[in-house]
Amino acid sequence: MISAIVSLALLGLGLGVMLGFAAKYLKVEAGALVQEIEAMLPGSQCGQCGFPGCGPAAEAVANGQAQVTMCPPGGRTLAQALADMLGVSADLSGMEEQAPQVAFINEQLCIGCTKCFKRCPTDALVGANRQIHVVIKDACTGCGKCVDVCPTESILLRDVPVTLETWYWPKPPEPFDEIRLAS
Amino acid sequence: MKLFRIRGGVHPKGRKHLSEDKPIANLPLPELLHVPLQQHIGAPAVAVVKKGDAVKKGQVIAVAQGTISAPVHAPTSGTVNGLGRYTAPHPSGLPGRTITIRTDGRDAWTDDLPAPMEPFTSSPQAIAQRVKDAGIVGMGGATFPSAVKLNLGDRYDLHTLIINGAECEPYLTCDDRLMREHPADVATGVRIMARALEVKRTIIAIEANKPDAIRRMRQAVKDLDGVQVVEVPTRYPMGSEKHLTQTLLGLETPARGLTAEIGAVVHNAATAFAVYEAVVKGRPLISRVVTISGEAVTNPANLRVPIGTPVAQLLEYAGGLKTEPERLLLGGPMMGQPLADLKVPVVKGTNGVLALSGLEAATKSVKASCIRCASCVDACPCGLVPLDMAAAIRKEEMEIATQSGLMDCVGCGSCAYVCPSNIPLVQYFNYAKGRITYLQRAEHKQKETKRLAELRTERMERIAAAKREAMAKRKAEQARKKAEKAAKNQHQEKATV
Repeated sequence: MISAIVSLALLGLGLGVMLGFAAKYLKVEAGALVQEIEAMLPGSQCGQCGFPGCGPAAEAVANGQAQVTMCPPGGRTLAQALADMLGVSADLSGMEEQAPQVAFINEQLCIGCTKCFKRCPTDALVGANRQIHVVIKDACTGCGKCVDVCPTESILLRDVPVTLETWYWPKPPEPFDEIRLAS
Repeated sequence: MKLFRIRGGVHPKGRKHLSEDKPIANLPLPELLHVPLQQHIGAPAVAVVKKGDAVKKGQVIAVAQGTISAPVHAPTSGTVNGLGRYTAPHPSGLPGRTITIRTDGRDAWTDDLPAPMEPFTSSPQAIAQRVKDAGIVGMGGATFPSAVKLNLGDRYDLHTLIINGAECEPYLTCDDRLMREHPADVATGVRIMARALEVKRTIIAIEANKPDAIRRMRQAVKDLDGVQVVEVPTRYPMGSEKHLTQTLLGLETPARGLTAEIGAVVHNAATAFAVYEAVVKGRPLISRVVTISGEAVTNPANLRVPIGTPVAQLLEYAGGLKTEPERLLLGGPMMGQPLADLKVPVVKGTNGVLALSGLEAATKSVKASCIRCASCVDACPCGLVPLDMAAAIRKEEMEIATQSGLMDCVGCGSCAYVCPSNIPLVQYFNYAKGRITYLQRAEHKQKETKRLAELRTERMERIAAAKREAMAKRKAEQARKKAEKAAKNQHQEKATV
């Protein structure tokens, strides 16, 4: 009887001490998850999620205030990755794989007001006062911030054209689709 | 010579009888030639002619860009009709940068052709340079710039040059005809390449279904030391360079490595002929032999075709189509690409144009599920498990597919050939390879975006800080002036008092 009490008490004490030390030395920083999520986000600070930037958006996702599907540029792949990491199930049905887009400036309408490149989060627009502005396609993420501020509506978002270098074979149709079609 | 067995492979019907006895004929010059700037693996060439320029046969019209690239030469004389985008010989049917030449029918050579070289006394560097200047690329279909492969001796310890005359794809007979009609020239080209690589031993490998080519090539090299012609068994994909090397030397190329790592370099027989033309005659690569065949073609033929000739011209010369073809292909039936349009041009890597009719194309329309029979595992010459790879790709699990060896797949199509469920396995693999590249590119772009955004934020902060500083400075200045003024006023007041 006594030996049982003593052994259990010792066990409890020992484990308690270990837990106490673990809590002190193996402490997880509260911001780690937020940072991890932020690293996964596109980082263009485009604001399409409704938050001021990727940092606040990551915080909101970590706190459960935002859905994992909140990031349109990240698309389905990002939503899936976030859902996997957070261990939540995400409804991806509404999320269509967004074709990558880039801004395009209609040079006949551009008045050189410089508004767009002040807003561009990746410096993908260059220009000067009263000079036609131009888009550096490789740096553009297609976030659309410039489209909103253009006073003459000269900026459009266009799908990135498929070229010989970027084309690849489409995925074969599922076998059952074809059998159904054939019958 | 002792040969080694490779695993897997298939025995498709050869169907070479359709064109193997047709001598190489010259295709009449077409009115327009569409010469693409990207006919090789690597960076596309850069055009050095403009619209309206007169060009002579063999003149450089586009220069190489970087080490892995090749120049492009005018296939005949005429005027440049334009530089633009034209349907490329590519399964997507998308356009690529192309120079269009209106031929003048005189076929006049340029005066700037490089002087013929003495093949067996020239230095290896000079030979490689000439091959590079002539725009020669691997003519078996891989289109890797040949000069790069001739320079491999700098980095690797090479002992054997293998000349690939296997031509294992069904229907194709262009290399066969070349070896039968020009054995001495091919042999000279082989000796030049062996000299450039400084190898002791050369093996010309030809599949057993080409007895005449074997006989003639043996005749051509019988007095040469260190050159031998070897008959290899007829089995697809014998012409894959890694598998051919393994058959001949018994050495396996490391995964995703080069055959040069085990001391061998493989060049195509048609490339050897092009090297002969470039070194001995000073002629650049401006035409090639193409097989036009398939049961839907009226008169199958082997044609010497100027680069840039639209495929429709070849078909017309071959008497057109006698039946409606089920599949039109560029290249062989196993690895060839579907022909998007008959107007696509012949390029340096085009070895065949095939029009297959119903029976032979065997495009069984109904595809079924995988029954896990593992026929594809037996057929795979690379020792992979195609069924598992395809299953992973179907679920978009690219990582699992890569771990199963997707990047070691040579895309030979043996697995799809034997599949009883007609699963388009190769298309799955091609899709996955493209998809993985796409995802890598997207990841790279995301990293760059982050970097740009961070740089911008930093700059914005710096500007704001500078503004604040300037404002503070101005305020301090104002305060000082005010104080001064106040002091002055006080002084004046005192004075007046």
